[in-house]
Amino acid sequence: MIDTKPLLAMRDVDKVFGNAAALTAASLEVMPAEVMAVVGQNGAGKSTMIKILNGAYRRDAGTIEFDGKAWSAGSPQQAQRAGISTIFQEINLIAYRTVTENIFLGREIKRFGGLLDWKAMNAGARSILKRFNVDIDVTLPLGDFSTAIQQMVAIARAVSFEAKLVIMDEPTSSLDEAEVAVLLKTIHQLKAEGVAVIFVSHKLDELYEACDRVTVMRDGRTVAVAKMAEISKLQLVAAMLGRDLADVRARGATAFDDGNHAIGEELLDVKSLAVGRRVSDVSFNIRRGEIVGLAGLLGSGRTETARAVFAADQKSKGNIRFNNKDGDFRSPAQAIAAGMGYCSEDRKVQGIVPDMSVADNLTLALLPALSKSGMIDEAAQRRIVLKFIKDIGIKCSSPDQKIRELSGGNQQKVLLARWLCMNPKLLVLDEPTRGIDVGAKGEIQSLIGRFADEGLGVLMISSELEEIVEGADRVFVIRDGKIAAEMGKSEISENAIMQAMAHGAEQSN
Amino acid sequence: MTRGFKITPSLAVLSVLVILVTLAALRYDGFLGTYNVQSVLRYVSMFALVSLGMCFVIMSGGIDLSVGTTAAMCSVISALLSSYGLLPGLAGGVAGGLLIGVLNGILITQLKILPFIATLASMLAASGTGLLLAGNQSVSVSYDTYFTNLGQGDLLSFMRPAWVDAEGVNTLGSFLGFILSFPTPAWIAIAAYVVGGLVITQTAFGRHVLAVGGGSEASRLMGLPVDRTVFLVYVISGGLAGLAGVILASQFGAGQPIEGVGWELFAIASVVVGGTLLSGGKGSVLGTLVGALLLGVIYTILNFENGMGWISLSAYWQSVVRGVFLLVVVILQSRLSSRDKLNAKA
Amino acid sequence: MAQNRVIRAEQQQVFEFGSVLRRYGVVIALFLLVAFNFAFTPNFATMQTLSLNLTQVCTIVIVGVGMTLVIATGGIDLSVGALMAIAGAMSPKFFTGAFLPLPNIYLGIALGIFIPILIAGAFGLFNGWLINRFSIQPIIATLVLFIAGRGIAQVSTNGDLQVFKVPEFQAIAIGRVLGVPFQVWIMFAVVVAATWVLKRTVFGRQVLAVGGNEEAARLSGVPVKRVKLIVYAVSGFCSGIAGLIVIAMNSAADANLIGLGMELDAIAAVAVGGTLLTGGRASIMGTLLGALIIQLVRYTLLANGVPDAAALVVKAGLIIVAVWLQRQEHG
Repeated sequence: MIDTKPLLAMRDVDKVFGNAAALTAASLEVMPAEVMAVVGQNGAGKSTMIKILNGAYRRDAGTIEFDGKAWSAGSPQQAQRAGISTIFQEINLIAYRTVTENIFLGREIKRFGGLLDWKAMNAGARSILKRFNVDIDVTLPLGDFSTAIQQMVAIARAVSFEAKLVIMDEPTSSLDEAEVAVLLKTIHQLKAEGVAVIFVSHKLDELYEACDRVTVMRDGRTVAVAKMAEISKLQLVAAMLGRDLADVRARGATAFDDGNHAIGEELLDVKSLAVGRRVSDVSFNIRRGEIVGLAGLLGSGRTETARAVFAADQKSKGNIRFNNKDGDFRSPAQAIAAGMGYCSEDRKVQGIVPDMSVADNLTLALLPALSKSGMIDEAAQRRIVLKFIKDIGIKCSSPDQKIRELSGGNQQKVLLARWLCMNPKLLVLDEPTRGIDVGAKGEIQSLIGRFADEGLGVLMISSELEEIVEGADRVFVIRDGKIAAEMGKSEISENAIMQAMAHGAEQSN
Repeated sequence: MTRGFKITPSLAVLSVLVILVTLAALRYDGFLGTYNVQSVLRYVSMFALVSLGMCFVIMSGGIDLSVGTTAAMCSVISALLSSYGLLPGLAGGVAGGLLIGVLNGILITQLKILPFIATLASMLAASGTGLLLAGNQSVSVSYDTYFTNLGQGDLLSFMRPAWVDAEGVNTLGSFLGFILSFPTPAWIAIAAYVVGGLVITQTAFGRHVLAVGGGSEASRLMGLPVDRTVFLVYVISGGLAGLAGVILASQFGAGQPIEGVGWELFAIASVVVGGTLLSGGKGSVLGTLVGALLLGVIYTILNFENGMGWISLSAYWQSVVRGVFLLVVVILQSRLSSRDKLNAKA
Repeated sequence: MAQNRVIRAEQQQVFEFGSVLRRYGVVIALFLLVAFNFAFTPNFATMQTLSLNLTQVCTIVIVGVGMTLVIATGGIDLSVGALMAIAGAMSPKFFTGAFLPLPNIYLGIALGIFIPILIAGAFGLFNGWLINRFSIQPIIATLVLFIAGRGIAQVSTNGDLQVFKVPEFQAIAIGRVLGVPFQVWIMFAVVVAATWVLKRTVFGRQVLAVGGNEEAARLSGVPVKRVKLIVYAVSGFCSGIAGLIVIAMNSAADANLIGLGMELDAIAAVAVGGTLLTGGRASIMGTLLGALIIQLVRYTLLANGVPDAAALVVKAGLIIVAVWLQRQEHG
């Protein structure tokens, strides 16, 4: 970077929530037309930093300078007007409203008398989207389009605000590879147009591809700032974790053991499964004590496959055998009764019952078995809950603590325990470690391995290739609703999986 | 992603309305006669006004249970003020409605109380206030002022040329006569709907109402004035309920503190029948008008059917029929919206 | 989450205060009301007053218990008043012999009690079925019977008032056991049963799980649809009981009036009692206390010469305060 004044300078920013300090003397500087990566574990303070910047929160102390002036936004709206646009993690647009409205809401083009000029707005929407090579009918509801298109609309909206700085908070978390490529191209284009970007992501490869510099945060502090080209992935991870390089190297990326499980007879056999439009022909099998990875890009049909196996959704075709019996279940309840468990990818929406205690959440599925003619055997419930809290290291003040007060990692452990306490034969895990900090992630990974050693069959979906590579005994790669490849332990490698994901069956062999 | 001809819910309801009216006109003498049309419109207009307010509220993702008792309260207020003239009566009634709307808006946007509960409370409060003001009985309006013209007059009938009533007048002529004989409340409702329709489709505020209903958190992050929008929606609903109350008092010559029971449900039914999504974010002002008319027409048809002596349906069947009708519409709507969802997913 | 924390940080003082109020607010309010009445209301400390207030509150509590379960699953039941009317209008036909002549008055009374209650329960099932089968929002699904239900009751009686004098039947409301009106016993039985179900049974947990996170409950094997079906049926069932108590008290059945406005009273009792209106939590005891407070406020105002209409306004204020206090805790 040449010696210019920074576009944005946040210095010594403090923020306290209740008694907990979320930010302590944190800083962040972004040069004009620079793409700045912001990385850190969960709870490192990235989101708080961004929310202070865009006016969602107020800072307790510190200075912020933007575009040469002191900056203080009272709301995301004000920030937007002044040149800082934010694209949030979940797409925060309105599905029922049209593409045009989603781009122009909040600063509609008006004619005389304050009436809306729909023609101008539609034309404007079309031309903005064209800049990103998106050509769609802008008068249709946004919900009619794919996630990727919706994301592009969100970016188009941000850019159309003549933003000088665009904040992207994990924009790629719901995009597939091709879509990510388009997004990265878009970022380059923004940069070329002189727009600075703050890019928050957990995916290291993207950072190296898209960003100029990186700011690393840990425990509410800024711990490192470096040029992307001058910091290695390992150094980056070490900075995020606050560990020595040697330590990180020795640990490996995940906490799975080497996967020498005693693999037994066949447990689940899925033949020619079809579900809705996403899954057309999926066959695979799982044996006792085996961790089977189901790899695939987002939208490949991997989640739909998992849900159909568990009967969370009804399959349209295919044959499932489970435990040498017919596995054609009508409801999750039946699948559970037969010995299956399922942890969904969205813990908050499909996993926890936030207002219930850890104990009740943990035993939600087990309760009918813990009861006599409808009455709960509370002593037995407590016994089991305490056993699992101790056994798998759930950190909570008591079994009666509400689950919503727990950290993400501990919530996930409770959800795993919900199934483990049933002594299941098969666990279906969709993104078991997503959104969980590195420490808890490792614990959950080793837990999965441990129970597989005891004979549990596991179907594991993960977006993190290393988790699949190191954790799975066998991998099926799903692509466009079909199985593209099957790999035994010795054949599994990141490269092979990516090949199959990208090109399908032919080339992968 | 092609866009063929789509049967929208409001279009479907409109055709049902047209078919029903046609059949009824063929079956009953005088169904489209001036007298019947006037009396139906006079009555339905009040519901239509309340339904319009409810439409705004529901589009924004809320609900307003207070409209019925607000109308009752405002009918009392305007009756009490009617001796000062039409304008004081009108202004007083509408102001009372606006006040309840402001109260709702504050409870919902400032105290963050669920709309359902907030308006339930103001429903009670309005009812109590109305009864207190009226001293537990209906309050006669003054006939010395123009106040009663609002509900009982026919605004444009003076423009109605005599020839439209002549024998052998052509279709256009009788249509003109038909339109010009509309009672004043109908014109008020029509004006309100025209303005309402424009506001929803052609102003930023209108789009914000739908945006907030489609996702209030997303709207907030987009920088929309969510609280202000929600607040205004309840004020509008309150004001329209107040207006309906004024018409009620003017039309029946008395402020009626115990009227208005169940109006909110009639209004919700009209909105839903008209194809507005109950969860908000998607809807139609015109559809709501059609919905209100449809419910009114069904009521009238039952009266005529009774009058013809073919069947003898007691007035009590009205509510059964209305309930069944609502049931059918809601089931159809749930079918439509689940199809929408499937399409959106694919 | 983080947003909550901001609010909490800013309102720490209010929050602490509010938390105390929320937890014990209902009890404190009840205590204050009673104390006030002892001091200012003439003839308050008599059995008669107690008995009067209890009988007035019985039906609200019984319906409120069903409503609490429904609200705990994240639903609402607007049809309770109409279902009371259906049960109440139907019952006299059995024990007055209008429907079919019966050899024995007790058989008539038995039929007149069980059949209307079961029918009200069946209508409740219908509500649940609508909600399950068509995924209709509960407020709308139950709106159907709110509108049609009273009509059904009116049509079946032609809107006529049915007056009767059958002391054997009326005993369910005004008969006394140990000096306490029988309907109060019924009320306590319903309250105890519901409390027990919520606290001790699998079904109780499932009700809360469905209200707390429906999808999570379904994926954990909770029979979500069955749970909902049952709570609406229970709500209908409770309404049926309440409908019979009303006619037994009045020794007359008027389809136009039985249970009129009951849905509001019941919801108000639930709200004042501290049950979260978004589902996932339930307090039967709270509903009982909530109903008592609402009744006592009304009584206090009336006994001190404040008109009934003003009591409505006060009730509105009560609901708002109760719900606002809830919000303070929940962000």
